[in-house]
Amino acid sequence: MSEHRTPVSLRGLAADDPHLQGAARRPQLVERVLALSLLVGLALVVAFGACYWTNAAPWTLGATMGGGLFFLGVGLVGWGKYLMARGPFVEERHPLASAPEERDALAAALVERGGALVKRRRVLGGLVGGGLGAFGIVALFPLLRSLGPLPKGTLFHTDWRAGSFAVDQTGRRIHVDDLGVGSVVTVFPEGTQNTNRGQAVDQTILIRISNENFVTQPGRATWGPQGYIAYSKLCTHLGCPVGLYEQQLELLVCPCHQSMFNATNGAIPEFGPAPRPLPQLPLYIDAQGFVRSQSDYHEPVGPGFWERS
Amino acid sequence: MSDATTTPRSRRQARGRYGRVSQVVTEIDERLGVARGGRTFLDKIFPDHWSFMLGEIVLYSFVVLLVTGVFLSLYYVPSATVVTYHGSYLPLDGMPMSQAYASTVNLSFAVRAGLLMRQMHHWAADIFIGSMVVHMARVFFTGAFRKPRELNWTIGVTLLTLAIVNGFLGYSLPDDLVSGTGIRIAYSILLSIPVIGTYLAFWIFGGNFPGTVILERFFILHVLIVPLLMLGLVGAHLALLVRQKHTQFPGEGRREDNVVGSPMFPVFMAKTTGFLLIVAGVIALLGGLAQINPIWQFGPYEASRISYAVQPDWYMGFLDGALRIFPSWSFHSFGHTIPLEVTIPAVVLPGLLFGLAYAWPALERRVTKDNAMHHLLDRPSDRPRRTAAGAAVLALLATLFVASSTDVIANFFHVSLNTVLWTMRVLVLVSPFVAYPIAYRIAKEMHALHGAGRRKTPNVVTRTGEGEYRAEPAPAFADDAEVPLAPTPVPDFIAEEQPAPPPRGTRTTDR
Repeated sequence: MSEHRTPVSLRGLAADDPHLQGAARRPQLVERVLALSLLVGLALVVAFGACYWTNAAPWTLGATMGGGLFFLGVGLVGWGKYLMARGPFVEERHPLASAPEERDALAAALVERGGALVKRRRVLGGLVGGGLGAFGIVALFPLLRSLGPLPKGTLFHTDWRAGSFAVDQTGRRIHVDDLGVGSVVTVFPEGTQNTNRGQAVDQTILIRISNENFVTQPGRATWGPQGYIAYSKLCTHLGCPVGLYEQQLELLVCPCHQSMFNATNGAIPEFGPAPRPLPQLPLYIDAQGFVRSQSDYHEPVGPGFWERS
Repeated sequence: MSDATTTPRSRRQARGRYGRVSQVVTEIDERLGVARGGRTFLDKIFPDHWSFMLGEIVLYSFVVLLVTGVFLSLYYVPSATVVTYHGSYLPLDGMPMSQAYASTVNLSFAVRAGLLMRQMHHWAADIFIGSMVVHMARVFFTGAFRKPRELNWTIGVTLLTLAIVNGFLGYSLPDDLVSGTGIRIAYSILLSIPVIGTYLAFWIFGGNFPGTVILERFFILHVLIVPLLMLGLVGAHLALLVRQKHTQFPGEGRREDNVVGSPMFPVFMAKTTGFLLIVAGVIALLGGLAQINPIWQFGPYEASRISYAVQPDWYMGFLDGALRIFPSWSFHSFGHTIPLEVTIPAVVLPGLLFGLAYAWPALERRVTKDNAMHHLLDRPSDRPRRTAAGAAVLALLATLFVASSTDVIANFFHVSLNTVLWTMRVLVLVSPFVAYPIAYRIAKEMHALHGAGRRKTPNVVTRTGEGEYRAEPAPAFADDAEVPLAPTPVPDFIAEEQPAPPPRGTRTTDR
């Protein structure tokens, strides 16, 4: 035996064999690198325990746990890739299909045993099928129908009534002196401001667009007393709140998909995917100077649906 | 009892050749008969290729999702009941909010490792769906969905659908301002379905938006029903993979009727377990170091409030992009409305895309009339038309994804939103028709480079000892040549101890 140890000694294989991967030529080095990786992994996993124990900052938990798992994984993958028998090994792929006779036998069993039975007792077969089929349909009723109410007319109305006070989120009634020209506030019919339905359906954006009575469309002569106009805040595209008011351009903007509505002409969409104007709420100002609604919206608010005409 | 049965050596002998392991194997085998099947399973061969690792990323991020999800479900409260927050996150102190939101903020700040688990869960979900799409693209472009694997393709497409649905459900659970707006949009999309839309929306939400039951329903769907379905389908996906054996790329010694690679145990087992740790480790690093979905900054959901410049999780991007750029075409007639501006981009488009994915194996078989079994994979350049079709769909999805950021792009580059909108409209319509011919051309050229395509089969000319020239047809692909398998040698540390220098030659490793 020579004094000089070859870096790798394989049964029946010289160290300079061209088949050898670079890494496999020096397995001691590979082993050391992998051991280092596993050791770092182990240390970090222990450090994760320590970090958890001492309630350290969340990022240290992630860094130690993630780093630990990562280095353990690298060590294991490297062991499998460089230091285990890699083959190539070959496995035969046997056809999955059975012999034709076996297939015929199965088909025959199905037809002759089952099919023939049903053919002979057509009425019984029909009754079993019909009964189970009927149950399948009927079973949908508790499963589907109990999930929620029918829509009926609920999508066509909001809670704004003749004489509803417009209140802000805190429930304070809006007075005619509250808003300066160019200001907006989100209002609800009094009593609904903290309810789900008030928030989701009745939400209305109140704009003071001038100091004079403001007419947005023919036929809406009395809807904008002293420059107060109100539109449904539900975008007619997908029902997001139209939450942005571009004061200079007098545009209402929906931040979801950038539909823009012209506040001066009845909220006709000027840009974006919204197909319809925002419905306008007819307002009046009562003797004490509070902003109130003349009636409900004259059309359904929010996005389109089948029953909407 | 005789002495013979009680000495340590005799006990060892009684256990069989492999000691305690033999004993355990015997005990189990006598009851369940697992020895032969177990041995076959350990011997199972997995082909080696980097692209076969993509599916493993999907599987292991699913494991991370299940584990972190169990942790989160212990602290999350699926309730819309309004409470006043008095927790450790001071900016929200005293604010009214749903219990769902409060519990999510609490589990992020007050539960030890809670924030890490929540962020890992979110990152794992994004990686899960991302790697799923890439894995699907690999299967598509290499033709791995062909007979006999059409069923597994169908299961895979269903898993993708379920994963996207469950991603959306989970994203909605914290009841923060951004996800609440997402639910509102989903409700409006349901409403837009002709004839049954309002009924569907009312049944799913238990009434008009927002209803009172949605968090509880989304919760049970997200943590039980959908994951259970997915778990079953993942099991079926893997069982079919084992039963039908993995596909492989053509190459040295690889034929339709064999599988060449590494054995399940120990090589594949070591590599895949290590890979599980790596995937989990990377997700934990992201969860610890990269913030995702900071719901405490968004605030609790109120239907009349909205945030600006927000986008859904990436896998919803293509839908959001389609909704943004589709023109405002609404259909009103005969006393009915069909909101085409919603129905087409958000219902018809995904329906068509997923329908196409489901139908593709059958469509391709119809066109190619190819009804043979395929266990060897295609290179993408082998099938220029399929590759081009896949590239066209990916181009469409990519441009739609970019279109979900129109406002951010306009803001960032200081261009008019109108310009961005029209650019994206044109790009979305044009990109598939540009991507198709380019991908087709590249595939054709690459195919020709391999020595096939329009060229004839190459001949190899050799000169014999007598000076005679002989031309023999060579395979079109260098890789297709039948080459006997040469084993890749592996270091063997036992051999190192042997005093005699090893004889030259190759060692064949038996399995």
